[in-house]
Parts: sequence; structure tokens; C-alpha cells
Amino acid sequence: MDQDKPRHWIAVALQLGATGGLAALLISLVGMVEEFAKRFIIVDVLEMGQALLLLILIATGYMTSRRLADRPPRIRLLAAVVSGLVPAVMLFALVLLIEPLNMRSIFPNASPTLIEILTFGQRGAIAFAMMAVAGAAQAAAGGAVPLVSPRWRAPIVQGVVWVGLLGLLQDILRVTLTNIPGATFVLSWMFGGGSGKGLSILGAVVIFALVGYATFRRQGRPAAAASWRSRLDARTARLVNIGIWVAAAVGLYLLPKLLGPYLSEVTNSVGIFVLMGLGLNIVVGFAGLLDLGYVAFYAIGAYVVGVLTTTAVGDQAGQIVWGPAMSFWLALMAAVLVSVMAGIILGVPVLNMRGDYLAIVTLGFGEIIRIMAGSDFLKPFTGGSQGIVQVGVGRIGGLVAFDKPQTIFYVVVAACAAAGFISWRLRDSRMGRTWKALREDEDVAQAMGIHLVSTKLLAFATGAAFAGLAGALFASKIGSIYPHSFKLLVSINVLSLIIVGGMGSLPGVFIGALALVGLPELLREFSEYRLLMYGALLIVMMLNRPEGLMPEATRRRELRETDGPEAEAPPEGVANPGEVAASG
Amino acid sequence: MLRRLMERFTLTDIFMWVVGGSIVTLVVVGSYATLSQGTYTARHWFDFLVFGLAQGSVYALIALGYTLVYGILRMINFAHSEVFMSGAYIGFFVITAMSGSGFLDENPLVALLAVFLVAMITSVTIAVLLERIAYRPLRRSPRLVPLITAIGASFFLQEAFRTLFGSASKGYPDVPALQGTWTLQGEFIIQKIQVLVIVAGALMMFFLYMFVMRTKTGKAMRAVSEDKDVAALMGIDVDAIIVRTFVIGAALAGAAGVLYSLMFRLINAYIGFIPGIKAFTAAVLGGIGNIPGAMLGGLFLGIFESVGPILFLDGLGVAAPYQLKDVIAFTMLVLVLIFRPTGILGERLATAKA
Amino acid sequence: MTTSVLTARKVTKRFGGLVAVDQLDLEIADKAIHAVIGPNGSGKTTLFNCITGFYRPEGGEILFREHHLESLSSDRITRLGIARTYQNIRLFANLTALENILVGEHPHLKAGMFSAVFHLPATVREEEEALVEARRLLGYVGLGGKGDLLAKNLAYGDMRRLEIGRALASRPAMLLLDEPTAGMNPQETREMTAFIRRLRDDLGITILLIEHQMRVVMGISEKVTVLDYGQKIAEGTPSEIQNDPTVIEAYLGRGSASAVLREAASPARQPL
Repeated sequence: MDQDKPRHWIAVALQLGATGGLAALLISLVGMVEEFAKRFIIVDVLEMGQALLLLILIATGYMTSRRLADRPPRIRLLAAVVSGLVPAVMLFALVLLIEPLNMRSIFPNASPTLIEILTFGQRGAIAFAMMAVAGAAQAAAGGAVPLVSPRWRAPIVQGVVWVGLLGLLQDILRVTLTNIPGATFVLSWMFGGGSGKGLSILGAVVIFALVGYATFRRQGRPAAAASWRSRLDARTARLVNIGIWVAAAVGLYLLPKLLGPYLSEVTNSVGIFVLMGLGLNIVVGFAGLLDLGYVAFYAIGAYVVGVLTTTAVGDQAGQIVWGPAMSFWLALMAAVLVSVMAGIILGVPVLNMRGDYLAIVTLGFGEIIRIMAGSDFLKPFTGGSQGIVQVGVGRIGGLVAFDKPQTIFYVVVAACAAAGFISWRLRDSRMGRTWKALREDEDVAQAMGIHLVSTKLLAFATGAAFAGLAGALFASKIGSIYPHSFKLLVSINVLSLIIVGGMGSLPGVFIGALALVGLPELLREFSEYRLLMYGALLIVMMLNRPEGLMPEATRRRELRETDGPEAEAPPEGVANPGEVAASG
Repeated sequence: MLRRLMERFTLTDIFMWVVGGSIVTLVVVGSYATLSQGTYTARHWFDFLVFGLAQGSVYALIALGYTLVYGILRMINFAHSEVFMSGAYIGFFVITAMSGSGFLDENPLVALLAVFLVAMITSVTIAVLLERIAYRPLRRSPRLVPLITAIGASFFLQEAFRTLFGSASKGYPDVPALQGTWTLQGEFIIQKIQVLVIVAGALMMFFLYMFVMRTKTGKAMRAVSEDKDVAALMGIDVDAIIVRTFVIGAALAGAAGVLYSLMFRLINAYIGFIPGIKAFTAAVLGGIGNIPGAMLGGLFLGIFESVGPILFLDGLGVAAPYQLKDVIAFTMLVLVLIFRPTGILGERLATAKA
Repeated sequence: MTTSVLTARKVTKRFGGLVAVDQLDLEIADKAIHAVIGPNGSGKTTLFNCITGFYRPEGGEILFREHHLESLSSDRITRLGIARTYQNIRLFANLTALENILVGEHPHLKAGMFSAVFHLPATVREEEEALVEARRLLGYVGLGGKGDLLAKNLAYGDMRRLEIGRALASRPAMLLLDEPTAGMNPQETREMTAFIRRLRDDLGITILLIEHQMRVVMGISEKVTVLDYGQKIAEGTPSEIQNDPTVIEAYLGRGSASAVLREAASPARQPL
């Protein structure tokens, strides 16, 4: 316990304000404010750079108010205001000092444009006044949130979040709506003209109102949606189920046409990471084996397909010496097989290793594979640092070629569906339980009669199979593979997305991939700061919600029938003890 | 009898022995071939050795940070590589300023000491912030959680430095006092900078060892790494000791950052990554939690990396053997961990079953 | 003459310089309730670990119905029909109570990956039967209705029962219980004691238990082995052990034997 005696509210406000101020300084000096300012959320009203600062200040005020939960509301609001003034002062100090200290020579982003944005284009005392007022007001707004009754809080927060989200994702919406006939009129009023692209004021208001209202109404009746389905009789229920499947199939078929090439490409990337996530989920999530070299199997899958299908074979520059140029589908199967073997081979050395050793050794394996693939030593076979080009593409007869993002989409979806199905079945099976027991307590698991070697190797092999499949699809999708696509970063990415989604949870993999792969792809301004926000996100998630966004245990809320009051009779199966099949 | 033997050594054991044996055979054959070809003279080998020693000293200093924190918290401080980088980076600003003003040329000793000091202060600050913000709240969490946090912090710091100070690589200026070489026995040339790195590294390691073995704080650190709860019952302020451990590890890493930069000159936000992994490998190699082990592991790894590629692979006809130096390092790690699972000097942390 | 289900001869286990179990001989009669007692550190849990394959003894042999156990891994030993519980409860914390028991059934289930993915009818049936048996076991150990709770969220007493349930799931012939009543109040101890006796009476399982509470030892065990510093210092029925001076001294120190015996013999302390 750090503090036991209550601290003065001003001290709390100053401390949290300083933290917020540091965050604001950081994002200013790394250049995020300036870079994001180029995109509007609400045209001519709110651009992303300002929005970011706004968020920081609201968060500061909110944290202050929450930390002082036991004080009267007046004090809480006042504290929030104070905590908003601190960042304002700090930012103003920054603005003042940029010129005289020649900060630009050390911090290249301390530019005049930044100053403009921070000071709202004003100078001197007016600038300070505006910054102070802005800071105080925004922090006060944040501080007011815990004070508002929960019934109103959720609608307001959700409304704001959705306005922000839709403003950010406007590109997708525009593209998708353009592809839906008849929806263009929505475009015209929702997204404004003005000096840039973004939501119009009208659009923002409408979204806020709709979402807020929907949230408000939903609060009243929680389990409504779930119950109507269970009230159907068996035959209707089955029809409904079939109906849902058919609708989903049709929807999936139409989706790439709606999304267009760019968004289909993004979805394919997400899908490939979902595939890898499902695989690593078995290794790490189910079996508890921390594999930091997962990218090795991804690379193996890609290179097998690359070598087996490429047409750039010969002894000229950029070609490999041996390549049978076989059909993509055969190569795909080969890739999965080779990956499975690799999973077993790389799994054997680490069978007896404990958590952290396992991590670093598997990391080493991943690096070894990448370096060998790109080395001059193996250049005749793997293309060295120039990689392999003209990788083959899947074809069916002479009719269908999976060479565009919209068509590759179907292959990716099929692969994900297969992997998801397998994971799902395994999760609820004896094998799944065996893996989970291994994760929880390896020694006791062994004492339950579980054969450790085969259990671990099966986990590695299955995970490797999924990764190999993902790599194969990746190779075909991109058309050429280079060793630098298979860095440690990929393993870390996959690990992060299953943890953010919720370890061991299948929907969590999907959510994690959307958040950590999909969003960065979509928000291009972010590309410069992608890893920065990524790192921050990981830290924040682990500190606040380590079980992930959609943890495994939530499905346990769907209770199976509770066990009836069993009589204390001996269980049947134990009638003849000692006749255990000594088959071990 | 045969049955007993078969029960003791499983199929996997046999597989590993075969693999290990083949690797050792390749190594021996390759070394023999290289040496008998005589392409490399004693001078070459001396160069490789000295370079390896210098690089190994850097690894050892960083490895100590990993092993100290692991000993106390049982966690891999993935962000330690960025602690190393931060020292090198901020040191850059100081040394550039001093070079520009001429101070570096006039008073090299004072100037360099100042650079070291600033670098170490920076790295210590980063480490302490890490501990307070990211690690302390998660002390009782399952192992994976602080690991992911550390990974996140590592990325965050890398990118923060890159975006704050610009993506372009920066070069450490010439230090006139460290230019040039010394010649031994008329034949063997050693760079002055390498001497500095090796000597400075050795000194710091010596002081650390004395500190951990002789001082009260050192004893407290060892107590906490044995058993945190019992140490607390003995009246040791566990939190303070943990912070101090981070401080010491970070100071060493910051100094290592400056040494690294003086040797290799070019720095950017990513210089922590590979040395960090190597250093952790070295710590594991020596036996995680074992301080002399980390030192030994670091030096060993540095030399192995420098001498190994040429010695083993050149004789086998491998093109561009230096590309594969990391492969060699990791392969060695795997072999050591398979045949001596607790590292060269054995880890200090035992885990009993039931 | 009852047959011995477990025979240990000259079992020795060393940790570096420390001899935890020293040339120990032990014979457990079939369907007996046999207690192993001794002061802390006398090697009781180490002995259990040697029997169940967690440790490999340096010397001696352990025979379970003609099978040599000393060189076997713990999964093979479990498949031969020995199950155990642990001194400081080692359940699978993040699995439900039901799942814990289902894992316990592992040795006599057969489903593999392929049949799991494709829901082969034999596997589906096997899973259903396993579930039924698991629920019955839950009821038998008194945890009916708590199957969906995570093991880590159970009350302490329930955790101990679940561990026993999990051990029973593998259909053992012999059950090793390591301090089953640790941390329990008198009422719970009585219930557990009666339960252990029922395990043997209903199911014919041989019970070997480590216990510290004399009341339990005296109450249900038919034979008691006393260890001290890894060696067997006494063996016999509970009443024989109770009055054995060597035993008393091991627990209470030298010279205390006569004092305790005198007190035990006094009229006010005669056993019922």
C-alpha cells in the first residue's frame, strides 16, 4: 500500500495533471499532433491532432475525478479543472521555449506548425488564456463523467466514441457506401464538403443522437435478444439456424465486391493474422508453451510455396536454381506438411525447457530460419536477400484465378473457417483439456497420465500447420517473398493480438486481429506512429485488462445445466478399481 | 538391462544426441579445415579475439541487467535493450555538444566521464520509470502479463526515441584521445577504443561483484532474489531493493551504451534490439540469475560470435560466413540448454516438483 | 495373509548432501488404510514423490503389483493404478471443477485429435459418458452443482474434495492422500475421515495417507509407519505407535517420552 493517509486534492490534481502534461508534450514532440492535424474528424471543426489532445485532457480530468471519488462533487470538478490547467501551462512553456532554446535541432518536430496548432493560432497572453480555458474545460468535461448518473453516462460515452470511430474510419464508409447502390445520398449529408474530408456537423450530431438513444434504450432490457431465440420450437429454430448460415454465406460472397480491392486486401491481411493467431492460440493459449519464434513456421510455409511454384527458375540474377513450378494447391499441401514436420523438429529440443528458456530458444529458432533464408549460403535455393519472385497463384481449371484481393479473400476466409472449426472442436475435446492441463501445471498433468512429449509436440505441430498455411497464402497474395517479411516482429504481433483479444479465446483472436492488424492498416496517418501506439496499447491493456477484450471465461456464462443433487452413491465407473487398462 | 536403458533414454533423447553430435562434428571438421588451410594468420585470430572480447564486454554489461532483474523478479525485462539504447542516445547529444565546443579535445577524460554520467542517469531514469509504471503493478500477475508489458514498453521506447529525435541515424564524433592503436610484440595491433571497452567493462564488472557480495544492499539483493517474502519478514524493504536492482542494471547498461557507441559510432533508436537479445542469450547461457554467469556468458558469446563464423564455417566452404554469426550464437545456446539445462555456471534458482 | 499391493525396499532419495529418505522399507497391504506420520521434514512427501514418479530414488526399489516403479515416469505410474493428492493443493486453477475431473479421467479415455475434430460417433459417446461419470464423481465428493465453478474460486474444503475427486477419476487401485485434512476444522475433519473410510469400504481402494492430526490417524488407519529423518523408526497399529517411546521422542524431543507416557497412563486420560 502506498498511501494510507488521504492526500490533499490539489496534490492529486497536480500530480495527474503533470502526467497528462507529459503525455501531451510527448505526442506534440513526436509529431503526432502535427501529422494528425491533416485529417478531420468533423470537417472544419475538429481535426485529429486536436482530438488527440482533447482525449488526453479529458482522460486527465476523468482520472482526477475518479481518484478523488470520496470527495464532494464540487471538489472533484475543481480538481479536474486544476488538473487540466497543468498541461496547458506545460504546453505553453513548450511553445515559449522552442525558439530561444533552438529545440528544433534536437526535436525535429518542434516546428512552427506545431506552435500554430497548440496556440490556436494566437500569440502571447491571448494564446495562454485560450489554452488555459481549453485545458480546464476539457478536463472538467472528463471530470464530470464519473459524476453523471450511469444511465446517462453510457449513452454519452458511446455516442462520442462512435462519432470518433466513424470519423476516423470515414474512408471505409465512403468506399463501402459508394459500392452499395442507392446509398450515395447518405454520403452527401453525412460527410461534409468543407475544406477536407470528414463528418459533417450534421452527420456527427445524427450519429451521436442515434447511438446515444440506442444505448439508452438497451439499458432497460438486457436479455431481450437472447431469449427470443430460445423460445422457438425445435423445427423453427433449425430453420432459423439454416437461414442464418445461408445469409452469412451470401454476405461473405458479396463482401469483397462491396469492399473493393483496397479493403479486401486489408481484410486478407487480417485474415492471415487470424489464421496465425488461431495457431499460436493453441500453442500459447491452450498449451501454455511460450513460442516467440512462431514466425519460423510462417516463413517455412511461404518459402515452400515460393520455391515450389515460382516460375523464376534458372541461373540469372534473382532466380533460384531449382523450382518445379507446380500447382499452387499442391504446393499449399506441401507447405502445411513441411511446417508440421518443422513444428515437430523444432519442438523436440525444447521439450524439457521451462517458460523463459523456451521463449528465448524459440526466438532463436525464428531468427535462425530468417537468417538462413536470406543468407548467401542458401541463396541458390531461397533467393537470398532478393527473395523469390513470381510466386504462383491458385487456379481452378482455366476459369477461376485467385490473383486479386477480392478473389484471394475467399481462400483466406475458407482457411480461417477451417482453422477456426478445428480449434473449436479441439478446445472442447479431450485433447483441448489435456493442453490446458499442461498449461496449468505440467507436473501434475503428467501425474494425470498425460504423455508430455506427444502432447507438446502435437501442440507445436498444429500451431505450425496453421502458420504454414498462413505463410503459403501470404506468399501467393504478395507474389514475392523476402526474408525481411519474417522478422521477430511478426511473432510479437501474433502474440500480442491473442493476448489483447484474450488468451485461449477464439473470438478473441478475431477481435485482436481486427484491432492490431486491421485498424493500423486502415488508418494510414497512423503508420508512422503505429508501433508507438502499439507499444502503449500493450502496456495499457496489460495494466488494466490483462484477460483481454474477450476472455475465455465469458463463454462460461452460458451455463450448462447445473448438476442435480447427486446421491452420494459411488460413481459407476469405479466399481472395479485396479482394472485400469495398464496400456500406458 | 537393455529395457532399463531404453526406459531411461527416450527416443527424443536419442534424437537430440544425434543432432548435437552432428553439430559438434561439423564444428570440429570445419575448424580443422580452416586452420589447416592457413588463410588466417595469428594476427587475424588475435584481431577476432580482441574484437570478440570488446563486444563481449558490452554484452556482459547488458546481460548483468537482465540477470539481476530476473533473479529478483523472475521476469525477462524485455525493455532493458531500450534502457541500453537510451543511454547511448542521450550520450550522443552530450558528446556532440562537447565535441563542437572543443571541450572533448582539451579534456577528454573529464568530457568522457561526463558523457558516461549523463548516459547512466538517462538509462537509470528510464529503468526506474519502467519499474514504477509498468512492472510494479503487475508483480503478482501470471508470468505472461509482465512479459507482454515489457515487450510493449520496448516498442514504445524505441519508437518514442525515433519519433522524438528523428529517424536519421546519428554518428558519435571522433574522440582524438581514443584514435589510433597500440602494437604488441611488434605484430598484434589493438585499437585504443577496444582497450577502453575491455578495461572499463572489466572494472565495472569487478565493482558490481564486490558490491553484490560485500555490501549490505548487495546482501539484501541476494536475499530478495532467494525468497521475496522471507526477506520482507527479515525487515528488508523489498520495493526499495527492487528499485535499486533496476538502477544498478540500468547504470551498467547505460555505460555499455556509451562504450558501444564509441566503438561502432553509428546509433539509432534500434541499436538496442540485437545486442539486447544477444545479452539475454548470454545471461541464459551463463545461468540466469547467476551474476558471474552473466559476465562469463557475455564474454564467451562475444568471442564465440567473432571467432566462430570464420573458424567453423570458412573451412566448410560456406559463403559469407559472417552473415550466419547469429545462427552460430543461437545454435550454441540451444545446445548448451539441451545438454546443460541450467546454463554453464548453473542457475541460482531451483524449482522443485511437488 | 493379505497380499501387499505396494512394497518398497531400501528406498533412498538424496538431494545433494541431504538424505531425505534413507533405506526405507514399506509394505502396504491390499485394501488397507495405512498412515505415514512423522515430524516435519521426515521425508513423507518425498516418499510419496518417489512412489508416484516425481522423483527418481537413488537406491532401492518400489514394487506395485509386480511392476517396478523406480524408473517409470509419473504418467505411466498413474496408468498402472496409483493416484494422489497434494499437500498444498495443486488443482488446475483456471479450469472448472468438472474439467479438472475430466482431465483426471484421461487414462481411460481414448479420443485423439482426429476423432475430436470430426466428432466420430465413438468419440462423441465417450465424451458423453465421461461427462456423466465426472458429474457423478462430483456428487460423490460432495460438490454436486459446483461443476462450472473455476477451481480457483472454490472454497478451501471444496478444493480438497475436488482433488480427491480428480484422483478418483483415473479409477485407481491405490490412492495416496497427502495431508487431506490440513487446514480443516474439527467438523470438516470428521467428515473427511468418514469419507476416506468410505472410499476404501465402497470402492475397495487401498489408501496411503500422510497425516499430522493424530485423531485422524488413530481414527481410521489400520497400520501406521513413523518416519524421522528419512528413516522408519516405528511401525504398527495406532495404539502400539501411540505408546512407543521412540515415536514420542521424535515428535517432542529426548526425555519427553517418560513424561508423556505417565500422563497418558493417568486415569483421567484413559481412551474410551
